[in-house]
Formats: sequence, C-alpha cells, structure tokens
Amino acid sequence: MSGGVDSSVVAGLLQRRGQRIVGLTMQLWNQRRLPELVPEGGATGRCCSLDDVYDARHVAQHLGIPYYVVNFESGFEEQVVKPFIDDYLAGRTPIPCTLCNNFIKFDQFLDLASGVGASRIATGHYARIGFDDASGRYQMSRGADHSKDQTYFLFGLKQEQLARTDFPLGGYTKPQVRELARELGLPVAAKPDSQEICFVPNGDYAAFIDAYFRERGIAPEKTQGEIRDTNGRVLGEHTGVHHFTVGQRRGLRVAAGEPLYVIATEPASQRVIVGRDEDLLRAKLSAKDMNWISIAPGTVTAGAPIRAQVKIRNRHLAAEATVYPIGNNDATRIEIHFDEPQRAVTPGQAAVLYDGELVLGGGWIE
Amino acid sequence: MAALLGCEPKELVFTSGGTEADNLAILGSVQANGSPHKHVITTAIEHPAVLNPCRELERTGMDVTYVRPASDGLIDPDDIRRALKPETMLVSVMHANNETGTLQPIAEISALAHEAGALMHSDGVQAAGKIPVDVEALGVDLYSISGHKFYAPKGIGALYVKNGTKLRPIQFGGKHERERRPGTENVPSAVAMEKAAAFARDTLPIETARLEALRDRLETGILARVPDSGVNGAGERTPNTTNIYFDGLEGEALVISLDLKGFAVSSGSACSSGAVEPSHVLLAMGLAPERARASLRFSLGASNNAEQVDALIDAVVQSAAQLRKLSPTYTSA
Repeated sequence: MSGGVDSSVVAGLLQRRGQRIVGLTMQLWNQRRLPELVPEGGATGRCCSLDDVYDARHVAQHLGIPYYVVNFESGFEEQVVKPFIDDYLAGRTPIPCTLCNNFIKFDQFLDLASGVGASRIATGHYARIGFDDASGRYQMSRGADHSKDQTYFLFGLKQEQLARTDFPLGGYTKPQVRELARELGLPVAAKPDSQEICFVPNGDYAAFIDAYFRERGIAPEKTQGEIRDTNGRVLGEHTGVHHFTVGQRRGLRVAAGEPLYVIATEPASQRVIVGRDEDLLRAKLSAKDMNWISIAPGTVTAGAPIRAQVKIRNRHLAAEATVYPIGNNDATRIEIHFDEPQRAVTPGQAAVLYDGELVLGGGWIE
Repeated sequence: MAALLGCEPKELVFTSGGTEADNLAILGSVQANGSPHKHVITTAIEHPAVLNPCRELERTGMDVTYVRPASDGLIDPDDIRRALKPETMLVSVMHANNETGTLQPIAEISALAHEAGALMHSDGVQAAGKIPVDVEALGVDLYSISGHKFYAPKGIGALYVKNGTKLRPIQFGGKHERERRPGTENVPSAVAMEKAAAFARDTLPIETARLEALRDRLETGILARVPDSGVNGAGERTPNTTNIYFDGLEGEALVISLDLKGFAVSSGSACSSGAVEPSHVLLAMGLAPERARASLRFSLGASNNAEQVDALIDAVVQSAAQLRKLSPTYTSA
C-alpha cells in the first residue's frame, strides 16, 4: 500500500471479496537523506514520504485491516539506487521501477509476505495475469486501461512470482478505480496520481546523482567530457555523461544551425555524441537477459523467429518486428528487426515484446 | 510518588512525561551550570529523549562524549572515569535500558561524577515502578520517570531534582512547580500517577518475583526450542524485559508474524513512518547488524500470565521456523 488510490482500492476490493488481508507499505528510501533536493515547503507526493505512509495507514484503519510498514531501505539502495547510478555513469538509461519490481517487490517483499503467513501478494499494478492450461504457464497481458498499462515495468516477473501475485486492477480503467475508491469510502479517493521515480524529486535524476555523490563523498570528476558530432567534431563540453540520455534535445548548450539530439553517450571516453533527428533511427537492436513470460523460453529458435510488437520505452507505441535468438541458449539474448526504423533505441531501457494484449517477455537493450 | 523514589515531595517536578523530564534535566542543568563547564558525558545506549537533547547541546557548541557499553550491555564506570574532564558538568546514564532491561551501575558512576565536580542525571523511565529505586542510594541529582511505564495514564511524568540542584526552566511562563516547569498542573494525571505509584510500591516485591519467573520461563522456553537464538545483554536486569536474537531471520518479519497471532513484541526502534531501524542499543553493544536486525524485545506486565507466555513460546517457535524456511541466509547449524 503506497498510500495512493490504486493500492488502496486493491485493499478495499479484496476485503469486499472476503479475503483475509494484511496491508504492508515498503519503506524504500529515507526521505530525510539528500535534503538539498527537497523543494521549498517539503517533499510531498513522493513515494515513501511520511504523508503517504499516514495515508496508507488511514486507509487500513478505515478498512479495519492489520497494517505494517516494512523497511527495505538497504536492499533498495543496493539493488535499485546504486545500479541506477552505475547505469547512468556507464552511458545507459536505467529503469529503476523494473529493478525494484524484480529484486524488491516481487522478491524480498514476496518472501516477507510468505514469511508472515500470506499465501499471495496483491498490488495496484495495471496488468493482468492468467494461467494458460495448454502451455501450463502463467501469462501476463496488458491492463485494460492502455493509458495506465504497467506491463513494460513487469517484464522481469518469473513464473513462480506470477503464481503468487494478483493484480486486481488489471481489468479496470483509472476512472473506474477512482469511482471504486469513492464507493468504498476510501479517504484517498481524490488524491492525485504520482508519476515520477519515487526517490528522485521532480524527475531531476542528474541532480539526485550529484547529491548522492556529495553525500557519499565521491567525486564524479571522471564524468566530464566533450560533446562531439557524428563526424567527430568537438562542439562543446559537458559536466557529466549522466546528464544525457539518447534522444535528448534540451540542455546540450551547443550552437548549431539545426536542432541537435543526443545520439549516444560513450562512457569510456566520456563523450556525448550529438546529431540530427534522423541519426537516431535504428532498424534493429539486441537485448540481453530475456525473461520469457507468456511463451516458453525455447519457443524462439533460429529456425523459427517470431513476430511481435516491441516497446523500447514505456511511452513508445509498440512497433512491429521480427525476433531472432542470438546463440542457442533458450533465447536469453535476442535480435529485434523492426519493420520500420525506430527513434532513440536507448541502452539500459527494456525491449518488451507483445502479441496483441499478451506480454511475451522482455530484456535489456544492449 | 516521593516514596516510590525515596525523596521528598518538594524534590519532584511534574512533567508531561519521560521525554520532557529528560529534556528538562539535561538542557535545564546545562543552562543553569554551563560555561565554563562545556562538557557532557552520556552513553550510546540512551533513549532518544536523552540522546537528542545531547545532540542539540552539541549544535550549540557543547562537547558531548557518548560512552559505549561492553558486549553485555553494561557501561563500565572506568570508561566514565576516563571520559571525565575538568570542564565536565553533567553525566547522564540511564538506570535501566529500555531494550535489554540491563541495569547500569548508577551509584558507582554518580560517585565518580561528583568526585569530578559534575552533576549526575539518570533516566529512570524503565526502572521506576519495576525495581526498588532509592535516589539517595543511587546518588543522583536528577532522575526522570514516566507514569505510563507503571500504569498511570500516558502524558504524565516527573523529574526528581535533588534539593539544592541548580536548574533553569526550559519553557517560560508562570511560576508553577517552584519556577521549574511553567504551565497549569495536570492535576488528574498527577493524581493518577500517585495512585499508580502507590500500587507499584505495594505490589513491587511480589510482582518483581512473578515477572522474573515469567521472563525466565519465556527465555528458557524459547532458547530450548528455537535453535540459534540467544539473549542479548547480561547482568542484572529489570524483571519484565528480555531481548532475544534469532539468527537468520528478519526481526521485523517476526514482529509482524507474532502481531498477526495476537502478540505485541518489538524489534529495534520504530522510525517516524513506523518502519523499523536496527536498534542503536544492540549495535552499540557490538552486535553485527544482521544479528541486531534479527533481535526482538519482549516485555511483560501486570496482565500477563504463564498460559500467555506458553502460547507466546509456541507462536515464536512456529513463526521463526516458517521465516527461516524462507530465509536465503539461514542454514541450521
């Protein structure tokens, strides 16, 4: 329970169905840290803020269910925050929500839930889980509300995790969920949605990384370097590769006769390569650490490539592609050939494969 | 009230509770006796109601030494002796620790403090009403108590201020409580605390023995039936508290599991969200962070009996086994 509308409605729905439930909130990040990032008037609307915990507790009291806050701060820092920073410094653009889902929410948290006697966990994600008798696999499909669909962040879920997870909101739209919140009399029914990465205020991840380094006494001196064009011409300097992501246009501070975009960041040389919009187009990509969900890992073979719609970032419109395995290892690495070249293929983001509503699987863009 | 502590009635200042009593003792005595005495000694295992006023003093330029306990949880008077300086003006050491129940050698430390010309404060919140307390024998100048720890309502406490001890108020207003604590007296709660004190005085010898027997029954039962468990802290303790580690599991999960079975126990100290942070007391005793996180505090009281203790042992055995089965780090020895 985050204290938001979605997870609160989940609790209310399950209770209405007569389930015995326990409310849990994960304390993931100490919001007292990095005080320089807290805006005037205090941090509000951020996950794990005290107000959110109080909201969640208020909802639990309203429903009359047991409620606890559990501390996952150290796991979150090791398995989400540090990899998040390392990715940026290595020229990748990470997805912390996916790391949190893979290593905290559906792993350590699921273990804790089992430990205290819960047979299943339920979250407020907009996604659906079903069991396919023919293949004997748990399958995942997009939330009914496509504008809220969160399957892009859930591609890492394994069969044994899906077997113990419920997404009760998968079949609802957000307006329906708000209506349910009112119907259930939940005190958070009118609370605004939260959008940003929970531990990064105002979406300014570069400021977060700088502040984290200051707190830890680390000097990120090695991250400064040159901005070059695709012909190797030096156009200017930058204060750290972690300030840039592929496809970015703002904040380059170089003069040019035409709009320039980040094409790539090269962590070894600390170079940021910029170019024109069309330089961002790519017809194919490779992805590693594939997790296959709705189809068995062995389904995709060299002799039998599959067709899929592929999302390369959360807000991307899934694009038609053909998917080939790389090597003979149950397609843990794949190559994706798009029918039409796609803009801003970004290392560190995920490539998530769909067949209509069905989530086939996903992996990390190399 | 005075009889519970062995003092004169006029030596008591009513406060809103233990926290205010500690703040008044520390800030009020330092402000009344400060410069050129710029040094305070306390311990690393104090309650936040003592630690945080001390940190506040540090922010205003005072030098504070935090003496660490030995691995049994006891403060060594020799460590206090070594920390004393000519400019030391106050020594504050808790009488009974709230997480382990360990009793500190207050009389010995008081003598050292006085020898060095410093005042002696003790946070007695966990001791008063649970063990016999005689402020004169302890030799303290200031002693904090909290009513709800011996069944008075929440929101009332007191500070013992030995006759002749200089103390400035830390809030400003009327001349109540001999000009030491302004504000209209909370008479109903003060009366209630007096009743609770009388009850504690009357029942103390019997209740102490009864709780000790229950505590020992609980410890023996758990240690006999849960492998890789043990008691944190040693030496003399309050009769109602025990702190037990369960290697290989998260104390936080065990607290939830037991709470769902109807047993209220605690682990570490709750931060403002209600999440648990590893106990600063156990860490200061030198426990590895994993073991500190795997430790639980059990407190017993007037309403507990042997059947409840036996049911709690069964619940702990069952919950610990279930959690360890799922623990990636636990392999039984």
